[in-house]
Amino acid sequence: MKDVLVTTDMPSTSGSRILEGYMSPFDATVVARSRAAGLVPLGKTNMDEFAMGSSTEFSAYGPTRNPWDLERIPGGSGGGSAAAVAAFEAPLALGSDTGGSIRQPAHVTGTVGIKPTYGGVSRYGAIALASSLDQVGPVTRTVLDAGLLHDVIGGHDPKDSTSLAKEWPSFADAARVGASGRVLEGLRVGVIKELPDSGFQDGVATSFRASLALMQAQGAEIVEISAPHFEYGVAAYYLILPAEASSNLAKFDSVRFGLRVTPDGNPTVEDVMSATREVGFGPEVKRRIILGTYALSAGYYDAYYGSAQKVRTLIQRDFDAAFAQVDVIATPSAPTTAFRIGEKIDDPLQMYLNDLTTIPANLAGVPGISIPSGLAAEDGPPVGIQFLAPAHEDARLYRVGAALEAVLVDSWGEPLLARAPQLLGGTR
Amino acid sequence: MATAKLMDFDKALEMFEPVLGFEVHVELNTRTKMFSDAPNPANDEFHGAEPNTLIAPVDLGLPGSLPVINATAVRSSISLGLALGCSIAESSRFARKNYFYPDLGKNYQISQYDEPIAFEGSVEVELEDGTLVTIPVERAHMEEDAGKLTHMGGATGRIQGSEYSLVDYNRAGVPLVEIVTKPIFGAEHRAPEYAKAYIAAIRDIVRGLGISEARLERGNLRCDANVSLRPRGQEKLGTRTETKNVNSMRSVERAVRYEIQRQAAILADGGTIIQETRHWHEDTGTTSPGRPKSDADDYRYFPEPDLLPVQPSRELVDELRAALPEQPVARRRRLKAEWGFTDLEFQDVRNGGLIDEVEATIAAGAAPASARKWWTGEITRIANAQERDAAGLVAPADVAALQALVDAGTLTDKLARQVLEGVIAGEGSPQEVVDSRGLAVVSDDGALIAAIDDAFAAQPDVLAKIKDGKVQAAGAVIGAVMKAMKGQADAARVRELILERAAG
Repeated sequence: MKDVLVTTDMPSTSGSRILEGYMSPFDATVVARSRAAGLVPLGKTNMDEFAMGSSTEFSAYGPTRNPWDLERIPGGSGGGSAAAVAAFEAPLALGSDTGGSIRQPAHVTGTVGIKPTYGGVSRYGAIALASSLDQVGPVTRTVLDAGLLHDVIGGHDPKDSTSLAKEWPSFADAARVGASGRVLEGLRVGVIKELPDSGFQDGVATSFRASLALMQAQGAEIVEISAPHFEYGVAAYYLILPAEASSNLAKFDSVRFGLRVTPDGNPTVEDVMSATREVGFGPEVKRRIILGTYALSAGYYDAYYGSAQKVRTLIQRDFDAAFAQVDVIATPSAPTTAFRIGEKIDDPLQMYLNDLTTIPANLAGVPGISIPSGLAAEDGPPVGIQFLAPAHEDARLYRVGAALEAVLVDSWGEPLLARAPQLLGGTR
Repeated sequence: MATAKLMDFDKALEMFEPVLGFEVHVELNTRTKMFSDAPNPANDEFHGAEPNTLIAPVDLGLPGSLPVINATAVRSSISLGLALGCSIAESSRFARKNYFYPDLGKNYQISQYDEPIAFEGSVEVELEDGTLVTIPVERAHMEEDAGKLTHMGGATGRIQGSEYSLVDYNRAGVPLVEIVTKPIFGAEHRAPEYAKAYIAAIRDIVRGLGISEARLERGNLRCDANVSLRPRGQEKLGTRTETKNVNSMRSVERAVRYEIQRQAAILADGGTIIQETRHWHEDTGTTSPGRPKSDADDYRYFPEPDLLPVQPSRELVDELRAALPEQPVARRRRLKAEWGFTDLEFQDVRNGGLIDEVEATIAAGAAPASARKWWTGEITRIANAQERDAAGLVAPADVAALQALVDAGTLTDKLARQVLEGVIAGEGSPQEVVDSRGLAVVSDDGALIAAIDDAFAAQPDVLAKIKDGKVQAAGAVIGAVMKAMKGQADAARVRELILERAAG
């Protein structure tokens, strides 16, 4: 369970010192549903503080390492969940995806990650980062496992007003259909022409093209589509997310729960709040709170938050236009393989660009899946391919993902994870 | 606190034109809160609960908690909007108002900002002499209340000088509707009266709808009064102050009067009014500056992403419109006829804000005339002496019970007034006060006859006079007997007995 999910029997910290030891009086809906289905929570997994990051280096409790190469990051913010699944420490994990925090870790660890349609899975009990972008989803080793877990955690929850009151098909069934049927035949797969080749590491781009070729060989039609506003996605995202986060994180003030730092002398409540937040929040969290506070300020609101919301609408329209032409959109799940721990920690902009291909799905509320597509020839780590589908069409992702997964595993002769180095203490 | 210089009210009105505006917060009496399933302390059933016992994760802003809109609160808000003659928005939205304060669990308040549920209406308000005026309403929007801070260890109970503060989150999340008027012109000398009449009108409307307990002394209705002055002949509005914490109709009237006099004195001296929040002090009848307020206050409003827009169906709005109760003005006309009151009698009741009390007292069994006499007479007298509102001072059922004791001959009017004081002092029901204070009329003729015989013995000439037919001489004996009985005797019965004894 990613530590962003509150649990009654284990501390819930969201990777932050400000919540060290915090015990929730209630379980997140996805946790409660998992328990009710007989799943046993093995523990909480590490994450970037308040899910802000792409490497799990920004956890107050230390970094998580990539099971494929311990010098490399496991992705983020949900690096802990992906690493636990890739290292066979847990068969299934839950993550949360605000801009790619499930899919990008899946990409760098050779695992499967799904960001469901916004509203498909309850956010109740998921410590909010950006409420309009956050979505809880499964992190697993196979598409079928993800479907099985999604079936357990998904569906309407009256405790989350943004959860969709809708009957969902079985995603496990969709995965089974995909693995056994002729799903790829006649499938129209969109490839975004505006995504620059130059932005992608060779191994990532090569693996992506190889996957497309395999799909084509199975009868899929590759269609070039235009999504002219995707390039503004990262910029819009880094206004909307900090704005909502600055408000969501205001509750961490020491008054009712969590860390309390009392300065010497005769401090006022504001002094205590300020000292607590100074000590309790890490640098990335502070950076985004300041960005968000600024973006929402009078006089700047229209230029920043307002403009970002317009971009969001334009990206939604890009998706609408694209899905009129194609059944799914395919992209590499991230521009590079897992980078080395410490490599980008002082370069927030490079870190932010890691989410280039995952962010548009969150901005538009559409579902996305990342499945392993191979290893990067030049440096060895795994890479993934992402599929996006129209909102509410999560089942399509399970069909397509399971179909390509079957073809790929067939071509490798074994699951990709079988090629991961044996970890001390790991069991297969 | 320095005493502010005040200008004579009439002189202030000669020089300046007052412009008013009101923001009234109505606490809805739904069973649960605006965004959580915790019981609502603004509902009678949960009023007065121990601190921090009516709370859910949302009210404390616990990590992972999410708000869910209370559908009943939305219905109540729509009904109120309709009763205020407002248009109901086909789509309205909640927004976050961000500011750090320890009584605010999330450090933002969920309110409505640029898309309120109801807008553009008006309220018919009846002044003391029956004049009807129309107060324009700009909007009515839904929001949640904050918790309550109690500042400890200081001399004043205010935050300044206190050592620490206690927070009670029971009130956090109580559903509120804030009704905002447009600027009100033309009130002139009657500005204070307008204020009082407006609050009374809002109270009557929400009571009629049954959507709030509407008890000002509990804060179910809270009024912020905006007052500005502009020199006669000037077009541009003056700088306004917003007086908060005005929780009785009497106070709102006084606060408006005070602000007019205070601002006039400053302006006449060439000073400027600071745009600020001011606090009303019931004890001194003055206002004092709170925090400065300017249009630059930055609450960083943005649409609440945890909630969907509120989009009531046309059918729901039509249904609520059809279910609106009688408008207060029409209701008053009907009650006056039913009770058979004269114009003056009814005005007494209405101006005292006592229509509901009288109606409830009659419903509890009292005759209309008796109910009116109690409320506009003795209860109002005690309320004035205590500087409180008569409404709410005593339960209507207790007043009816008191009158029943008078009707049954258990109490004289004079004893009944003593019993009323006991009831108001919290000594229990009328019967309990009668029992505990031993106030019932002495109906034992034996005790009365003994006292009469004692009086005759003390004044032998009186007996002779009565026997001579000078009946008025009995008065002296009645006085003596009443004194001996400590007033707890029925004077008419004593007189009967005296005449019997004299004849015998």
